[in-house]
Amino acid sequence: MKSNKITELYFSDVDHPIRYDRREFIKKLGGGIIVIFSLGELSMLQGWSQNDTEEMVDFNAFLRVKEDGRVDCYTGKIEMGQGVITSLAQALAEELEVPINSVDMIMGDTDLCPYDAGTWGSLTTRFADPVLRAAAAEAREILIELASKKLEIQHESLEASNGTVFVKGDNKLSVTYAELTKGKKIVRSLKNKPLIKNFKDFDIIGKSVISLDAEAKVTGSANYSGDIKLPGMVYATIVRPPAYGSKKIHVDTSGLDVFDGVEMVEDGNLVAVVHPDPEIANKAAKKVKIKWEEPKAKADNETIFEYFEKNITQNKVFEEGGSLNEGKEASKILIEENYHDGYKAHASIETHTATCYFEDDKLIMWASTQTPFGTREELAKTFDMPLEKVHIKQIFLGGGFGGKIYNRQAVEAAKIAKVIGKPVQLAWSRREEFMYDMFRPAALVKATSGVDDNGKLKLWNFDIYCAGTRGTKLFYDIPNNRTRIFNDRDIHPFGTGAWRAPGNNSTTFARESHIDATAHAAKIDPLEFRLNNMKDESMSATLKLAAKTFGWDRKKPEGHGYGIALGADAGTLVAMIAEVHVDRKTGVVQPIKVVCAQDMGQVVNPHGATVQTEGGITMGLGYSLYEDIEFDWGRVKSRNFKNYTITKFSSTPKIECVFIDKMDSKPQGGGEPAIVCVGGAIANAVFDACGARVNRMPVTPKRILEALQNK
Amino acid sequence: MKRSISFKLNDKAVSVNVHGDEPLLTVIRTYLDQTGTKYGCGLGDCGACTVLIDKEPLRACMVSVEDIEGKEILTIEGLSTNGSLHPIQKAFINHDALQCGFCTPGMIMNAYGLLLNDKDLTRENIIDGMEDNLCRCGSYNRIVDAIQTAAEEMNEKI
Repeated sequence: MKSNKITELYFSDVDHPIRYDRREFIKKLGGGIIVIFSLGELSMLQGWSQNDTEEMVDFNAFLRVKEDGRVDCYTGKIEMGQGVITSLAQALAEELEVPINSVDMIMGDTDLCPYDAGTWGSLTTRFADPVLRAAAAEAREILIELASKKLEIQHESLEASNGTVFVKGDNKLSVTYAELTKGKKIVRSLKNKPLIKNFKDFDIIGKSVISLDAEAKVTGSANYSGDIKLPGMVYATIVRPPAYGSKKIHVDTSGLDVFDGVEMVEDGNLVAVVHPDPEIANKAAKKVKIKWEEPKAKADNETIFEYFEKNITQNKVFEEGGSLNEGKEASKILIEENYHDGYKAHASIETHTATCYFEDDKLIMWASTQTPFGTREELAKTFDMPLEKVHIKQIFLGGGFGGKIYNRQAVEAAKIAKVIGKPVQLAWSRREEFMYDMFRPAALVKATSGVDDNGKLKLWNFDIYCAGTRGTKLFYDIPNNRTRIFNDRDIHPFGTGAWRAPGNNSTTFARESHIDATAHAAKIDPLEFRLNNMKDESMSATLKLAAKTFGWDRKKPEGHGYGIALGADAGTLVAMIAEVHVDRKTGVVQPIKVVCAQDMGQVVNPHGATVQTEGGITMGLGYSLYEDIEFDWGRVKSRNFKNYTITKFSSTPKIECVFIDKMDSKPQGGGEPAIVCVGGAIANAVFDACGARVNRMPVTPKRILEALQNK
Repeated sequence: MKRSISFKLNDKAVSVNVHGDEPLLTVIRTYLDQTGTKYGCGLGDCGACTVLIDKEPLRACMVSVEDIEGKEILTIEGLSTNGSLHPIQKAFINHDALQCGFCTPGMIMNAYGLLLNDKDLTRENIIDGMEDNLCRCGSYNRIVDAIQTAAEEMNEKI
């Protein structure tokens, strides 16, 4: 896994799958009809490309119609709250013609599920969904074929519905899937691939379905990695340095003598204490004294942007058109601004956790990971074991947001288990989580725009530091433009990585703030200015839908402001309009309302897509208004929720989500896109409310008051 | 020195052999195997470990086990009766007031505590009473709706 590249992850970055021996795979399953589907030459994605040999095949999807007629759906994707446990079941049920509640989802188990590179980048609905639908369509045709033999009626006269094959026009003559699969074990893959359904014939896709895992989650029976308890298990506490990247110089364990049954593990910089009682492990760990050598401090949360600019000179042009000089000449007004965004934590409520044990030559693990197969590979490499000797089991995740793509806790837990020779549970404390999180990088964007007498954009010069180019391809019509990326992934004081639509949050904030500032400088309404300068018609349509839903022209109450932001992410177009109230005396911002219009192609589960969008907006308010990692190089100062504020009940506005109706097109991403627009929409609404232009996120009361003073 | 501390957990009498300063959260999750209650921060900041102690919603990570001698603890596992879901659990499902589900047990127990203490909750009261329970997935609005629905249903029953 190219974990470091995930900040700029797009389709081409997804690695090739690991080949899997089909015979081994099938042996593990019980009876019924097993349908394997390979994407083959249809592959849209490098990482899903296909090997043709029969024995070693890369399964993209498979399902099993069991002997009781229920269906097991096997997918390497995991469920972390994004709802694919429901939407994938929906897609399968649609094509297979079974009730959705007869589908059981088997997710992210590396022994049972087809390889998957990881659950990230809003890829599931775009890529897993079509493959699963194709597999389900194939299963349906196989079942009809079996029914045709059993009923001695030709295939064309039969149709499937509700888990049963009927004779068309004769409801009395039928055979259930359970009757067809009873006592059989058939592994099939059709030569002639059946077509997937036309959207006009959908019964389940496009319908709102309440999450299938909701009951388990409201009763406390849903299991997460820290809920696994194994016989003889010990709990591990790791002794951490005060600064990220420190090297261990000396360990003093003399303080451990007072504890009975405590064991120590030392493996390079990893020092851990284990005990069957987690409270004793915690107390004992505090008694271990380690002398650390800290890396030299080079910047803090105030100076980091200057540090980037000084130290990153290498750049790559991402997009270019016309001539910057001509653009400058054609412009009446030139606007130049720098935009800043601090480091952000994922702050999932579940910290990184792993429970594992070695049995003979096998390692078995439950881990809060978005990349079960990547974890397997990492563990196999760490211990020099064959891949198939590592088994990552299915488990719920308590949030991920990109932070659980990285599996440091899994490696740590396994190293400890290996030394101790007992099952081990390692659950990071909140304090550890705020050090090893793999933060979203701080970013700097230097933007220059120019606009002519007619309010047309003529110049766009956009230099991005550390945020990547995802979502920065211009949908505005600007003849003279250049977008460059300045990046050095080793420049940060601590680990950084993907964070729900990575750097697109930082760059969309910069672009949309700058477009807004340019519109105001040209004395043009920001909505009108955007529509007048738009290249992408679909984006115009999405913005118009947002403006209509929001009521852009409605009268503003005193102290209220409206702000627009547009963004593109994971194939989806987003238009967001926020309404805020700003207290001019205190600088406190209260979000009032957010309207989000999206063009996400076919919406598989409108309810699920709405919940995801609401979630993205709610989370996004945090990075826009409150969240900021304070640090002095490797010494992270924000180590708990008291000094790292996220969105709370009282700061959540009314949220309204609308979708462009495109049921006839391909589905696009839904988990990430909406969040990218929150920063820009909020900053622009704050400006509209009180005249404070804050070019640095989070847009805090202090920064608003400073901007008001400097006006 | 360890000693025995007795209390009621979900209507059952239990005793644990402890030093006394162990957080109730560890006692419930690790010593008594009731894992529905979650660890989120260990500092009382997030509310994932909220349980009812004598009908008052409290953070199990901030309560020492020695302080619950003789008290009644209710956790998410004890909320449904005879296999049928409590109105507040039903309301969370119907409003889909959860995503990853990790904060959900704490949210539900905190909300239940609010409902027990004030039957006529306004939207503002709910937001106020729930304010310090954190949900990173961003289900707040749905949670408020669910609590309002549950309040209405519980009032109808009286």
